[in-house]
Amino acid sequence: MDLDLILNSFPKLLSASIITLKLLSVSLMIGMFIGLFFAILRIKNNIIFGKIAYVYSYIFRGTPLLVQIFIIYYGFGQVEFIRESFLWIILKEPYWCAVIAFALNTGAYTSEILRSAFQTIKPGYIEAGKSLGVANKIIFYKIQIPIAIRQSLPAYGNEIILMLKGTSLASTVTLMDLTGVAKYIISTTFKPIEVFVIAGSIYLFMTFIIHNLIKFLEKKYSF
Amino acid sequence: MELLLFGETGWGDELLIATLMTLAVSITAMLIGFVFALIFTPLKLSNNKFLNLIANFYTTVIRGVPELLVIYLFFFGGSSAIMFVASIFGYNDYIEINAFLTGAFSIGIISGAYSTEVFRGAIQSIDKGQFEASNVLGFNKVTRFFKIILPQMLRLSIPNLSNVWQITLKDTSLISVTGLVEIMRQSYIAAGSTRDPLLFYTVAAVLYLMLTFLSMKFINKMEIKYNRGY
Repeated sequence: MDLDLILNSFPKLLSASIITLKLLSVSLMIGMFIGLFFAILRIKNNIIFGKIAYVYSYIFRGTPLLVQIFIIYYGFGQVEFIRESFLWIILKEPYWCAVIAFALNTGAYTSEILRSAFQTIKPGYIEAGKSLGVANKIIFYKIQIPIAIRQSLPAYGNEIILMLKGTSLASTVTLMDLTGVAKYIISTTFKPIEVFVIAGSIYLFMTFIIHNLIKFLEKKYSF
Repeated sequence: MELLLFGETGWGDELLIATLMTLAVSITAMLIGFVFALIFTPLKLSNNKFLNLIANFYTTVIRGVPELLVIYLFFFGGSSAIMFVASIFGYNDYIEINAFLTGAFSIGIISGAYSTEVFRGAIQSIDKGQFEASNVLGFNKVTRFFKIILPQMLRLSIPNLSNVWQITLKDTSLISVTGLVEIMRQSYIAAGSTRDPLLFYTVAAVLYLMLTFLSMKFINKMEIKYNRGY
């Protein structure tokens, strides 16, 4: 164990974890909307939209995140009309490419989680709303969505942790997140164990916080 | 399109071999994971607090740390660790370990952590009466495990193991950073030399989709087969 290296690299890794957290929170927020949108498409009984949503989630859950990032970062840069359009302002930045890939990926998983939550809502709740003369829209926004979000909290907590680990792939498109900096320190000092211990503990600490936050929310909104 | 043809000018045959490589690494990693799971599941279920702690440490750390970081640990740390052990025995030359083994081992450790959780859950959901009945019938612990618990445990864990398999299959794409030529690495090489990344990464995505689709079909069949009696 090289104590000097540990003390020297700790601040570097800590400041790199800010990028990790930024990537995580931005892509989770966008992914939540994508997930909700596709989950609603799935539960509405429209065959075509339901199929589209199913194919979307199947493709993004069936391929590795690394492939998705590479297609967006390396692949789209090759297409002429994307390079000439306004999209290029966003797609030339590795940060936004990573965010788009993460958001689409987590959106696919979130849509599955929310879909199953919507489907497990007891029909009694909806019937009760209907018999009280509540409009369908209000039933959806005031009854179905809150219950579905509560139901999906445990699974969504797992998804957040998976996504936290997923953000490490941003380092493959030149972003210096926690894993990127860790790899840089390892390849310059050839001390993998020390760096792994620090970077790993930072990740574990974040996992721990997320885990407890979700537990707290579960308790708060339990019924 | 002719870039994907087989033969000298196309990348078709290379990609096919790379797909087989991905499959080989995934299967090896899954098997290594089973070995880890068979070691750590009993520790997790034992009444000894210390053994519990070791098993929980393993599953928590591996499942909480990014896969890429674990791969870097073994990729950069693996050969120096082996060289250290070899130097004790008086062998001081540089040893380079095989990219396949490093990759399969690091992914295996990861999938082992998930498999441990799956097996633990499966054993815990076996009816208590099964344990009691086998005790009453006078089976010893080994026979009880292999003849009574293991067959039921495997049946109960097939659905969750199929998730672990999917995770493992997708995780192998990360081994490409160590230079092992599997689907991702081969697409990277092809994309670099033809300047057509969009085509090759899309092909890679399609290949992964095919692998997941076919393995799901296979697992579903297995599930039906092992649920015949229920």
